[in-house]
Formats: sequence, C-alpha cells, structure tokens
Amino acid sequence: MATLPIPAEAVIAQFGPSLNFPPAQGYPGRDEPDEVVKTHCCFCGMQCGIKLLVKENRIVGFEPWEEFPFNEGRLCPKGVQRYLQNNHPDRLSDPLERVEGRGFLPMGWEAAFERSVSEIQRIQARYGKDAFAMLSGVSLTNEKSYLVGKFARVALKTRNLDYNGRLCMVSAGAGNKKAFGLDRGSNNYSDLAQAEVILICGTNISETFPTLTHWIWQARDNGARLIVVDPRLTPIARTADLHLPIRPGRDSALYGAILHQLIRHDWLDHDFIANHTSGFEEARKAVEPYDLAWAERTTGIAKEKILRAAEWWGPARTSFLLHARGIEHQSKGVENVLACINLVLATGRIGKPYCGYATITGQGNGQGGREHGHKCDQLPGNRDIENPEHRRYISSVWGIDEQELPGRGLTAYEIMEAIHRGEIKGLISICFNPLVSLPNNNMIREALEKLEFYVCIDFFLNETARHANLILPGSLHEEEEGTVTTAEGRVVRIRKAVNPPGNARSDTSILLEMARRLGAGKHFNYHSAEEIFNELRLASKGGTADYFGITYKKIEDNMGVFWPCPSEDHPGTPRLWEDRKFKTPDGRAHFHGVPYREPAETTDPEYPMILTTGRVVSQYLSGTQTRRIGKLVEQYPEPLLEIHPRTAAQYGIKDRELVRVLTRRGSAEFPAQLVETIREDTVFVPYHWPGRKSVNQLTSGHLDPVSKIPEFKVCACRLEPLGRPAPPAEETNAYASA
Amino acid sequence: MNTTTFRTDQEFFFDPQRCIGCHACEMACAECETNGQTAMIHVDYVNRFLTTQTSVQVCMHCEDPVCAKVCPADAITKDEFGIVHSANTARCIACSNCVQACPFGVPKKVEPLDLMMKCNMCYDRTSAGKKPMCATVCPSGALYYGTREQMGRIRPNSTPVNTFRFGQQLVKTKVNIMMPKGATELVVDSE
Repeated sequence: MATLPIPAEAVIAQFGPSLNFPPAQGYPGRDEPDEVVKTHCCFCGMQCGIKLLVKENRIVGFEPWEEFPFNEGRLCPKGVQRYLQNNHPDRLSDPLERVEGRGFLPMGWEAAFERSVSEIQRIQARYGKDAFAMLSGVSLTNEKSYLVGKFARVALKTRNLDYNGRLCMVSAGAGNKKAFGLDRGSNNYSDLAQAEVILICGTNISETFPTLTHWIWQARDNGARLIVVDPRLTPIARTADLHLPIRPGRDSALYGAILHQLIRHDWLDHDFIANHTSGFEEARKAVEPYDLAWAERTTGIAKEKILRAAEWWGPARTSFLLHARGIEHQSKGVENVLACINLVLATGRIGKPYCGYATITGQGNGQGGREHGHKCDQLPGNRDIENPEHRRYISSVWGIDEQELPGRGLTAYEIMEAIHRGEIKGLISICFNPLVSLPNNNMIREALEKLEFYVCIDFFLNETARHANLILPGSLHEEEEGTVTTAEGRVVRIRKAVNPPGNARSDTSILLEMARRLGAGKHFNYHSAEEIFNELRLASKGGTADYFGITYKKIEDNMGVFWPCPSEDHPGTPRLWEDRKFKTPDGRAHFHGVPYREPAETTDPEYPMILTTGRVVSQYLSGTQTRRIGKLVEQYPEPLLEIHPRTAAQYGIKDRELVRVLTRRGSAEFPAQLVETIREDTVFVPYHWPGRKSVNQLTSGHLDPVSKIPEFKVCACRLEPLGRPAPPAEETNAYASA
Repeated sequence: MNTTTFRTDQEFFFDPQRCIGCHACEMACAECETNGQTAMIHVDYVNRFLTTQTSVQVCMHCEDPVCAKVCPADAITKDEFGIVHSANTARCIACSNCVQACPFGVPKKVEPLDLMMKCNMCYDRTSAGKKPMCATVCPSGALYYGTREQMGRIRPNSTPVNTFRFGQQLVKTKVNIMMPKGATELVVDSE
C-alpha cells in the first residue's frame, strides 16, 4: 500500500520542490571561509574539479579549481550553482513515516530501522528473498556503490538489485564488452586535441557535458573537422563542419552505410584488421546492401552528406568517435554502439595518440558505479555474476559461501514490471527517482501503489519517495568521503566538506546499520570510506576494471588515476589498447555484423510523428537536485515541445500555443516552440519534469534485448493543438508539477 | 584598493561564435558580492526560431569610453589599467545617457536600485592576480583571459581584434574579439 497519504500538492507544499536562491550579498562568511575543499561537481560524468567554500558546517560558495587537469576551472551553470543544494530548505533531516490522511511525519531512527527491517523480514519470509528488490543510483561514490552491491546480495540476499545506470550507459557497456572485452572509454579526452576528424553520434555535448566542448574546440583550433549526428541542430551541431540530421532510431543504418563506403573505397587498415580483429567478414556482409540511396531513404539524411562523412572519416590519419544516449537509448542501443565501433576498427584508429573512441558516460559515477556495485548482472571489478570463477572469487572476498550469493536479477524497468505483476512486494531505493526518469511512468506509478512496503533513502523527498512508507534522510555528495570514476576512467577523490544536517545520516551509516540489523553485521565492519575502498580494490583485483593499485594517497598526489591499475607501482592507463591486447577471449577486437532493423515503434496514420526526448543545459536527469535551485529553474522553467515551423503550420500550431501530445501510453500538454532546428517529422521534449509535465508519461517501455535500456529516444505520437496560448511559465510552476 | 598585483599582460578575449548558450558566465558573474546576484554579462539567443546560436556581450572597456563622456555626473571613470568602472553609486543620477550611448549595448540601468551597473572586469579578482569569474568558468572558450601569447598558441587560426567601426565612428577597446586570421577590425555598420 504505497499510494500517496495526502494529495501530491500538499506533499509539495511541505517538502518541495521549492527554489533556493542565494542572498543578494552572498552567504555570510564567503570571504573568510573556515575551509576550501577541493572536490568535484555532483552532477555529470565529467566530474569537474571545483572548490567548495565552507563556513560553520555550511557550503557558502565556490571557487573554480583551475589546477584540476580535465576542466581547469571551467564549469557549466549546474556546476556554478551546485553548492545551493546544500542548506536547502527542502532538505530532509529526520526519518519520515507515511501516515494515511496526514502525510509524512518525523520519527526516530530506532523506530525507522526497526520497522524497515521487520518489514523486509516479513515480506521475504512470506514471498521469498527475491520479492524484496533494491534500486540504486550512480550519483553514489564507488565506495557506496560497492556497499550497495554487497548489501543487496549479502544482507538483503536478493537477486533483484539494479540501478539508474540502466537508463544511462548500459548499451555502451554491453557493446564495449562484446567488441573489446572491457567496458571503458578507450581514451582520455586529451586525445581529442590532435584528432583530424571528430565524429559525434547522438550526444548533445554542449548542453549535457558542456565542459567537454573545450576539448572539441581545441581540436578544431588545430584544424579538426567536426561531424555531428543528431535529429536537432544542437549548439555543438550548429558549429559542426557537417551536421547529419538523422531520423530518430535509424542510427545503425547510417553507420552501416558509412562502413559500406569505407569498404567500397578501400579506406581500411588491412594490417590492423588482419592482425588484431575478428569478425570483419560478418560486418562486411551485413552492410553489403546498404548503398547511399538506401541509406538516404532510411535515415532521412541526404546521400551527399553521408558520402562526405565517409570521405572525411575514411582516409584520416587520426580521429575520435564519441557517442552517448542518442544512439544508446534505443531498443537496438547495443547494435548502434557496435556499428560505431566497426567504423573505428575498420580504420584501425585506436590505441594510438589522437586515435580515440569513447562513450560519454552520463552520470557522475556512471563509470565506477557500474563496475563495482549495483548492476544486476555484475560483481565488483566488472565481473560477471553468472561466471562460476568470478562468483567464487567475490564470495571469498566477502567471506560467504558461493551458494549464498544470489544470481542475476531483473533490470530496473523489469523490476517495476515485476512489482506491477505482483511478484515483487517490497522495495528499498537510494538515489533514484524512477517516477520521473523511467519511461511509461503511468505504469511506474501503478507499480509503486502496489508495493506492500517501500523504504527510500534520499536527501530530498523526490517524486518517487512520495509513495514510500518510510523515508530515511541520507547524505549529499559533499557530506561523505569517497571516490568516483569519471567518464574518462579517471578515479578521483570526493571530499567531505560538511556533516549532514539535523538528524540526517550518511548513506553509508544507514546501510551499515541496516546490514547489522539484518544479521549480516560481521560482513559490514568498516570504520571509514577508505576501508571500504581498500576492500573494493581487493574485490576488483584481476577483473577487467582493476583498481588494486589505486590508493587514496595516489589519487590525491596525482589528481586522479586511470584504471586499469593492477599494482601500486603501476601508473594507471589513460589510453587503452596501446599493446593491442584486447580483453576478449581471443585477444582480438571484434567486429560485429549489424543488420539494420527498425525501432520498436514506428509511425502510422494514428500516430504519425516521431517523439524524441533529451535534456537541457540547466537541468540534470530527474531534477531531484536541479529543480530545487532557483536560477537553474528560471533558465529553462518548463518543458517545451520543439516543432518545425512547417509541421506546426500543417497543424495550425503557433508559437507558445499548447499542444497535447498523445502516445499509446498516455498524453501530456506542452507549449510549442517553433524552431527550424529540428527535423520536420520529429518533435522533441526534454524529460526533467514530474507529474503532468513529465514527457515520460509518453515514452515507451521497449527495451534493448541485450542491455535492457529503454527506448527513450524514439516513439510514435500524435499532436492535438489546443488552439490557445500556454499560460506563462511562472504560473505553470512545472518544476513542482503534481 | 590594492592594485599592485594587477597583471597588465593579461587581456580579455571573447568569441561570440563559440558561445553555447549555457549561461555559466552569467551565473558565475552574479556570484560576486559587489553585483548583488545581478549578472554583468549577458547571453541571448540571436534568433531561436532559426538557430541555436547565442551571443554573449561583456563590457569592452573602450580606450575612450563614450559612456564616461556622456555622463553628466562624472560618475564613470577609467583607471590607469584601462578598466572602465561601474558608475560611482554616490554620483550616478540614473539618467541612462550611458545606456543610450554605448555602441555595444553594455550598461544597464538596474531599476530597483536606480543605478547604472556594468562589468568592471572583476576588479576584485583581477587586481589580486586572478581571472574574471566569467572567463574562468566558460566551458567553451567563448570567453578567455590570459596573455596575447597564450591566446596565439591556443588559437593559431584566429586573430584578436580590438578595433570596431560603427559607421564613421572608430572605437578601440581593451577587450578583444576573436576574428579569422589576419583580420584587423570589425565593421559593425558600414552605412
């Protein structure tokens, strides 16, 4: 029974989101801080270095950290405003209990732990261990990710643990493992600087990873050509030498057609293909029919542009291919990734200076989190939970019998489906707001309402937490020591700057106490984040993501260490594959045959338009943090429906008029924004908003068969103009929509 | 004010072409306590209907600042380092002459305060040897603060220009705009 105890509007009035603005003259003490803490931004996978100014256990401002090598002081607006999540009026400082008709009332920790544990035990005794699931998030440090993985398997003893990285980089991870036997960007971003061609596939870099723009520009200052594949003319696409405005969901067709051209013109590295790869023949056969005319019909991109992309990519001496959610958030996300990797392998431009390939991991610790913790099919060190040898090794590190270690569980969206079917009855979540971030969220809401017991650990009462029976106030990024691994594979130090406020506790202490009360205390005997990290090092030893040689001191002395780093005298590995020893069973990089197939939902007379989704620069993911920071909300206050003027004219839609968007899963209304920067067959809505303003009411739950990533980037929709102007954004208050 | 560490070899360079419209500069500028959470740098879409192009405008710190010339109250001054300072709050009469006269459209009359406010190139930071906030955080290189030699190394195919022609009027500024290699001036309006 996890319906809302009182109407959502009443919960919002008490717990927000409300907007935090700094005082006009700044917070007192900013000029004379007690401490200046060198740490990192809490948001995306760039993990920019930043200095936080601390006065009397309060973050009162920031200073750029110009010495940190990746961003050298540069920040995006989220980074500049990130300190305002601290001392926020919405911050939870006591455990809260759902009381029907009254809302969420404070309670003591003792009662909160006792109730949580007794409900977990009741549900598991009645329905089985796996009927209690855990959902986690990769805003957590490596230490906490590792701890969550161990907690779920050793203390909760459930196989149903998964995480919000399932909505992020799992397609890339699966593709990289298939092709290279290892899941990490092959190069650090300094290899962009002298690349002759940069191919950016489905990534809105300047809005989602703004500080990476600098490295792209540096290459262009040195003469690089930039090719951007995106259905929209994003800020980075605007500056490109070649923009390929692809029809959403057709990516593997484009990369297949480019490979066809590379083969046809013999722009191939035959030595590399012969000596260091396998599977080229399958890849070649698959793209044999993909000539330019077919590619133009399928992708909606003029064939001259496709040919030009091949002409630039093929003969280049150096290059860098980057991709992100645009190609990965699809029911063929893994295939799209493999089709991109084929282009890199065909030209042999990898494992050399300025020859690079990487996915851009989206979340703060998307990289480290998936390697060591809470992915349903993995164990620390990026080990396979179904590999007997891997299971034995991790069981020995954890001091348990291998028979006790649960197997592979369901993925995030599948966990919600299993709750909906009544198979999973209880849930614990930390750092995940699925009601905003998962697709088809009317189903997610119904699922949450069916739970017998839901306990949520978070620092704000996010939209999903409103369905919880108990909320345990955890800690912010700046309230615990630890490490994260950036999108480059660089392990960096996160510093504790302040203590959690009031009766809030660190996430770690909450998990350790729960583990103790669940009878697993002897396996969770840690006194510091560093102790957890040292166990993680051992657990990762010998895995592909080997952290054994990385110590806190080494990270601090070097401002980060790149894994793999197998021994303490090892310097780390900024660039992979210089030795050409790939981690696949045959030691070669693998081509894959990627025959094209359509997205799961295509347009038809009933739903004739393509809907795609994405982000804006001032918001981060489900907005739990950024929808509470005043200036970030003001910068882009409500989700707009981007639509091409010619399409709008067909429907009689004018700028700022409300449009109802309908899909097979739901409907929602958005003000139209008429822009020539989008394809005529496609509309776009960003996804950071909740309730009636959530575009994820409309998106589809079709999953990639391998990575189980949902197809956020393509579905079929119908538009119904409402014929009246939308109210001003300040009246809609979309940031706090019920 | 201690100005002993102001580095005269450091210059401000900006390139509106590189602006990605993220507004980090505005947010960082507003953090300065002397601005009272009001940004002195401005980012706007050029024409969102047509393009995602944005542009950024910061005070150009003219050699012969028109804003100072037209000020009837002598509130705007240029110092020995070429920084044109925001109107002296004791003198400014909020007449908006400077707002009308500036060829770059930089000064704004801040209504609730009835005062002219503009960028003073983070004098509190630059006079202490630091970079201005906006140019430190800019993630795309649209704003840069450093020496002319550093800029030349970073951008070998561009030339900094600080001469602007507005019809008959020639304006020289302390702040540079990045132009294609070999350019000598920016003609804003040749009519």
